[in-house]
Amino acid sequence: MKQTLTLTINGKSYSDEVEPRLLLIHYLREVAGLTGPHIGCETSICGACTVMLDGMAVKSCTMFAVQAEGRSVLTIEGLAQNGKLDPLQEAFWNEHALQCGFCTPGMIMTARQLLADNPSPSEQEIRHGLEGNLCRCTGYQHIVNAVKAVAKAGGA
Amino acid sequence: MATTITKPETLFGKRVRRQEDPRLITGTALYLDDLKMPGMHHACVVRSPHAAAKIRGIDTSAARALPGVAAIFTGADVTGLGAVPCAASIPGLRVPHHHLLAQDRVYYVGHPVAVVVGTDRYIARDAAELVEVDYEPTAAVADPEKALAAGAPAVHPEWPDNVAFNFHQEGGDTEEAFRQADVVVRQRITSQRLIPTSIETRGVIAEWRAGERSLTLHSSTQIPHLLRTLVAGILGMPENLLRVITPEVGGGFGSKLNVYAEEALMAYIAMKINKPVKWVESRRENFQATIHGRGHVDYFELAALRDGTILGLKLKLIQDLGAYHQLLTPVIPTLSVLMMPGLYRFKNVNADVVGVFTNCVPTDAYRGAGRPEATHGIERMVDMLAQELKMDPAEIRLKNFVHADEFPYGTATGLTYDSGDYAKPLHKAMAEAGYEQLRREQAAARAEGRLVGIGLSTYGEICALGPSIALPAGGWESATVKVEPSGKVTVLTGASPHGQGEETTFAQIVADELGVPMDDVLVVHGDTAVVQYGIGTFGSRGTAVGGSALYYALQDLKAKMKKFGAMMLGTEQVNFSGGYCVDEATGKSVTFAEMAVAAYHAKKLPANTEPGLVATHFWEPPNFTFPFGAHLVVTEVDRETGAIEIKRYVCVDDIGRIINPLIVDGQVHGGVAQGLGQALWEQAVYDESGQLVSGELTDYALPRASRMPWIESSHTETPSPVNPLGVKGVGEAGTIGCSPAVVNSVVDALSPLGVRHIDMPLTPEKIWKLIEGARA
Ligand code: FES
Ligand code: FES
Repeated sequence: MKQTLTLTINGKSYSDEVEPRLLLIHYLREVAGLTGPHIGCETSICGACTVMLDGMAVKSCTMFAVQAEGRSVLTIEGLAQNGKLDPLQEAFWNEHALQCGFCTPGMIMTARQLLADNPSPSEQEIRHGLEGNLCRCTGYQHIVNAVKAVAKAGGA
Repeated sequence: MATTITKPETLFGKRVRRQEDPRLITGTALYLDDLKMPGMHHACVVRSPHAAAKIRGIDTSAARALPGVAAIFTGADVTGLGAVPCAASIPGLRVPHHHLLAQDRVYYVGHPVAVVVGTDRYIARDAAELVEVDYEPTAAVADPEKALAAGAPAVHPEWPDNVAFNFHQEGGDTEEAFRQADVVVRQRITSQRLIPTSIETRGVIAEWRAGERSLTLHSSTQIPHLLRTLVAGILGMPENLLRVITPEVGGGFGSKLNVYAEEALMAYIAMKINKPVKWVESRRENFQATIHGRGHVDYFELAALRDGTILGLKLKLIQDLGAYHQLLTPVIPTLSVLMMPGLYRFKNVNADVVGVFTNCVPTDAYRGAGRPEATHGIERMVDMLAQELKMDPAEIRLKNFVHADEFPYGTATGLTYDSGDYAKPLHKAMAEAGYEQLRREQAAARAEGRLVGIGLSTYGEICALGPSIALPAGGWESATVKVEPSGKVTVLTGASPHGQGEETTFAQIVADELGVPMDDVLVVHGDTAVVQYGIGTFGSRGTAVGGSALYYALQDLKAKMKKFGAMMLGTEQVNFSGGYCVDEATGKSVTFAEMAVAAYHAKKLPANTEPGLVATHFWEPPNFTFPFGAHLVVTEVDRETGAIEIKRYVCVDDIGRIINPLIVDGQVHGGVAQGLGQALWEQAVYDESGQLVSGELTDYALPRASRMPWIESSHTETPSPVNPLGVKGVGEAGTIGCSPAVVNSVVDALSPLGVRHIDMPLTPEKIWKLIEGARA
């Protein structure tokens, strides 16, 4: 009962036969071979699997792959252009906003959404915007600093 | 040959951004679940839904019939293999045989019963659902105090009292101290069970090469070499045919400082089915079957004179061990006992530990491992004493601190504190917070009926674990430095970092010592086929022990390079500095790269010198290090809701010399977040029947960005004399200093209502009930 799924990931088109029950995160990792989006829970709590779907940040464990039919996915792998890091990637590096790095791809995608919605957020707004992404390593302070730094420099 | 040499700036102490980050921020780092092998199968573990039950039978026929299922293993298949190891050597310790899969009984929810192997993850999970286990549930006990009561269900039928061990330690004369005391304060204090919750769960891939009879085990672990030795032992295979590779590790916090049944099981299964097999833990499994932390019930008595001088401490410590001993389970509460005197001068300590079996997953090392429990206890007791004597909590601490001129200082528990000036961070924290002003504001707020609290903790910790005498498998660490013929430098470290940034910190050390650019240094870790034996990263030891091993290896290497430099310059005496060897007499020099070429091309060798530039050093620390610090927390409690607001979080941590302040800040923040999690939100809850109620992330309140206060972190720097770098270790400081400061602050806020102690976590419900109780 496989279905054909056609979608775009980081500007490249993909077409695969998938089971309808396959989660989008499993498609991205197991079928499309990406390593950026991570799995921390599969129950839509941790945010490690966050990607952008048609420009909106979503937790890719909360939907089936077939629901992404015809749509466009952006993952952390698609952020750097011609080897040049995206401002958020650069800021996460500069501000030491990661330790083990496992939450980082999801965190950066959520931060991107946050800044798209609100280009000059207050500290509290940043903290609320990141609420759906868990990090066990950093205590979030350097992540907040990284988002602030990008906002200050004029956005992602 | 160059003659003008500008010494490059030193990197020790610089906020250098991390070498490891480019792969992590681009999604190209490879964690365990990112690895794929040709023909790889997937395993799913069938686990007990009961806390205690007999297994009457297991029917795997429906699961086996599912297309894509390759094999199913149950307890009977692994009876002859070794047990999950425990490294503790406490006299009289009762050690239940910890089979890789349950035999005729299960002892906790999550106990592995069977493993199903399929061609993909979905099939393995589907098939696991079809395994029918016939259980006969029996009575369970999940609370350690209840487990000690007469008539409690026996976790292991052979030991009806549920006692795994008793441990006693004393120093000085506690009875005499209590006789002399003007005042004795007593309190039962708990440190609840916590779930470490690294965002990456555990995972294993085992790959068997039948022709070579060799096995490669990829595991998300903190201890690749120990894992190799111990899994080889479980399987009865030669250790040198087993290779452990640690890929990128997504956090550990102690939970991956262990050897788990699944690691040995996957190795065994790969051999059996002759295919690579992967197992990745689900979050639910991570909560049920990866070790928990803490789990203390402590009865404290603190004796003092009326002027606040502390005379002695008595402790009865009940440790919830869970159903089995994992690698260090019984050791953890003994670390608490060692740390009991805190930063204070009293010389009389009497501690009794009882380790109790419960029908829960084992406890073991979780960030701080024994020391947060001790610090929480002593720091709460000191505050209660201050409250009793109507003294300021800062004043009572200053009165009892070990003095700065008393180091090295021998404690009542047999430790020798290396160096310290305990008043310094306290004074600094008070100055930064504006302590006097805060107290005035508090008085004004109280006059308005508001509940404002100021809490302190002044903590000490045992770090840089540690001398080998204190660690079952050795406490040293190793480093190899190789200068390649091209002049690039490769470091192999036995410490196996997983987020601590040692690829950067160690490159800073190398750059300073050898005068090469940091970018020329590669730090390699976590592959037993590449790296010489090592112990691993835990107990705030990576830099203090691993970095020191590296430092000494670098000295050996420099000595050898100097021989080549002297030969090339035709002299006896040369200086090595900034990447050059210089003949001071003539001003002539040779470069690092020239010496590297000379050492490998070996056309001419200095006397008694071999070709090549490689140095290995195994370094045994002569002592632990003892970081210390002061945390100051201002809180306000909402009378109507019981909600706690953290208004200020000021911490001054003395972790010895600081190599990279950026990384240190991150460690402090992350540590504080975990301490705050314990103080306010987190708790692993088992109900009466042993069901894990907080079984998913939805039910376990991890700190989130929106709930964390701004942490005002700074330092004093008292070098450690224990190691050549003068560092003490920072991984656990934040966690250890945090929870008592927060609870002391909230108790202070509620003290006008007569509140003296509150057990963690300080949930709004608990606080609201206290406020309501005071109203009634
Ligand atoms: S894996 Fe999707 S939210 Fe955790
Ligand atoms: S950096 Fe480890 S979970 Fe965020």
